[in-house]
Amino acid sequence: MSEPHEIVFDNVSKFYGDVLGVNRVSLSIPPGITSLVGPNGSGKTTLMNLMTGLLRPTRGSIRVLGVAPDNPEELFRQLGYCTQFDSFPKGFTGYQFVYSFLRLYGSTHAEADQFAWRAIERVNLVEAAHRKIAGYSKGMRQRIKLAQATCHGPAVLVLDEPLNGLDPLVRAEVIALLRSLAEEGMHIIISSHILHEVDMISDQVILLSAGYVVAEGKIRGVRDEIQEQPMQILVRSNAPSALAAKVFEQDSVVEAKIHNDGRGLLIKTKDPDKFYRLLNRIALNGIAVESVIPADDDVNSLYEYLIGSEDKPR
Amino acid sequence: MKTLWLTQVAAIVRLEIGKTFFSRRGLWVYLLACMPMVIFGGHSIVWLKRGLPCDFGHDTNVFASIFQVLDMRLTLFFGCLGIFMNLFRGEMLDRSLHFYFLSPVRREVLLVGKYLAGLLAAVTIFTTSTVVQWGLMYAHFPKSVMESYLRDGNGWRHLTAYAGVTVLGCIGYGSVFLLAGALMKNPIVPAAAVLVWESINSFAPAVLQKFSVIYYLKSLCPIEAPPDVGPVFSMLLVNADPVAPAVAVPGMLLFTMLVLVVAAMRVRKMEIHYGTD
Ligand SMILES: Nc1ncnc2c1ncn2[C@@H]1O[C@H](COP(=O)(O)OP(=O)(O)OP(=O)(O)O)[C@@H](O)[C@H]1O
Ligand SMILES: [Mg+2]
Repeated sequence: MSEPHEIVFDNVSKFYGDVLGVNRVSLSIPPGITSLVGPNGSGKTTLMNLMTGLLRPTRGSIRVLGVAPDNPEELFRQLGYCTQFDSFPKGFTGYQFVYSFLRLYGSTHAEADQFAWRAIERVNLVEAAHRKIAGYSKGMRQRIKLAQATCHGPAVLVLDEPLNGLDPLVRAEVIALLRSLAEEGMHIIISSHILHEVDMISDQVILLSAGYVVAEGKIRGVRDEIQEQPMQILVRSNAPSALAAKVFEQDSVVEAKIHNDGRGLLIKTKDPDKFYRLLNRIALNGIAVESVIPADDDVNSLYEYLIGSEDKPR
Repeated sequence: MKTLWLTQVAAIVRLEIGKTFFSRRGLWVYLLACMPMVIFGGHSIVWLKRGLPCDFGHDTNVFASIFQVLDMRLTLFFGCLGIFMNLFRGEMLDRSLHFYFLSPVRREVLLVGKYLAGLLAAVTIFTTSTVVQWGLMYAHFPKSVMESYLRDGNGWRHLTAYAGVTVLGCIGYGSVFLLAGALMKNPIVPAAAVLVWESINSFAPAVLQKFSVIYYLKSLCPIEAPPDVGPVFSMLLVNADPVAPAVAVPGMLLFTMLVLVVAAMRVRKMEIHYGTD
């Protein structure tokens, strides 16, 4: 079932106690640059932490090029993760941060020294390398994390909001670097809460909202209309009428009707984000939600526009 | 590739050793190690000043009692707590544990590396303390008397036994507190639980006694502490069911292994939650 050349999420859910992180995520991520896009709290970091074993899924399973995330010895030979955590081991200089990682990787002193400098050069931090990270600016910390994540030449690079805090010049450099790495056949996963920040560089976009994958595919451009028009959503559930009763508690739900086949609910809402949050609460209270699909033709065409059906003009 | 984990353990020990010897949270460990020295040093000074007679029997008993109550139950206990409890918990608080968790190192190997780094610090600090304490206890004896006590009498045997007990204490308490620090964020609860357990241990059923550090340490002390030190202390000192060193040493090591295996299972499942991001 798991594809050895892809990153596979198989029906993965993660709950923090009873807070939903992500729900029923099934994905197959091919090589190239893939962006996880969604507003704050939509589950981007949760997905990345699951992929790298910092979190364990409540349900479902994950394989990264065939390797399970709870096998760090194998996983981190081929994966580098630049986290959103802005904290570093106490007292480290930039150089020590990268060098120590390479020593843990098993490199000799000479190799570690050589690879560390190569990675530090790539992010233009040579001058500051022997200074304590505690004294770095936000952008420098971002870059030293990038150097550490790439220093061992991984096949998969996971970057949580890597462009945060970078000035336009460095941002362009980092983007160029990622592009060239992707062209070498690497998997690059980037998260961002701003679609147009990553639309230019991504081969593929995964849209997340309140813990659900709401769309995935190739990207062509960005539109803001997604928020403006009422959006129709098909919620698959075996208890659609109970669901309908709950859903009407929310004023932004314009309409809710049971689907023709009786195993789902069609909902019209002006505020999909709010609706997804409500849906999470409902799901936590015991009504099983099997899937959530944008069902409106207009919205479908918008998503298609966003993520790339070739024939639709703007 | 076969020795990769050894390379990794060495790398972890190098990274950790500075922290286990001189952590911001652990400077009081040194104060703790010095505290008994003050008592024994004071003893020798008083004896010298007053010109009191040198009595091996008396001093040996006093040392045995104080070592068992103060060193084994307080100094070693809280010292190891300070060093080992922070191995994982401290990095959670500093929000730096993900650095290790994102490297190609098995969690078990990380645990071994951190434990060894803690052990190096604890053994160095507390064995030194024990040896110095012992020396200070007899510092008021004439040099020639001491030399022959060390050479011909029981001196050398006692000294090595106390040093050995200290090392084993670090090994045992170290594993217990590493586990406690991997299980809980708040150190007070597990520390109190272990302290109570170790204190009432002599009244526990024989099977349960074996799951304590103090049980083995007591059996290894070179002389039994005299019970004439008041009811509270004698309760702590009695050793109802001593075992031979040939059993106690492997027993202590086996106990440690068990605790470390449980800790490893726990660390394998550990997730990174630094609280609000
Ligand atoms: N440790 C935690 N404990 C409880 N809830 C958590 C925890 N971590 C994340 N969450 C919740 O899980 C959901 C997804 O969070 P996540 O951090 O994955 O979002 P994100 O898309 O990365 O957001 P951001 O853009 O702010 O980084 C949120 O509702 C968040 O509150
Ligand atoms: Mg995030």
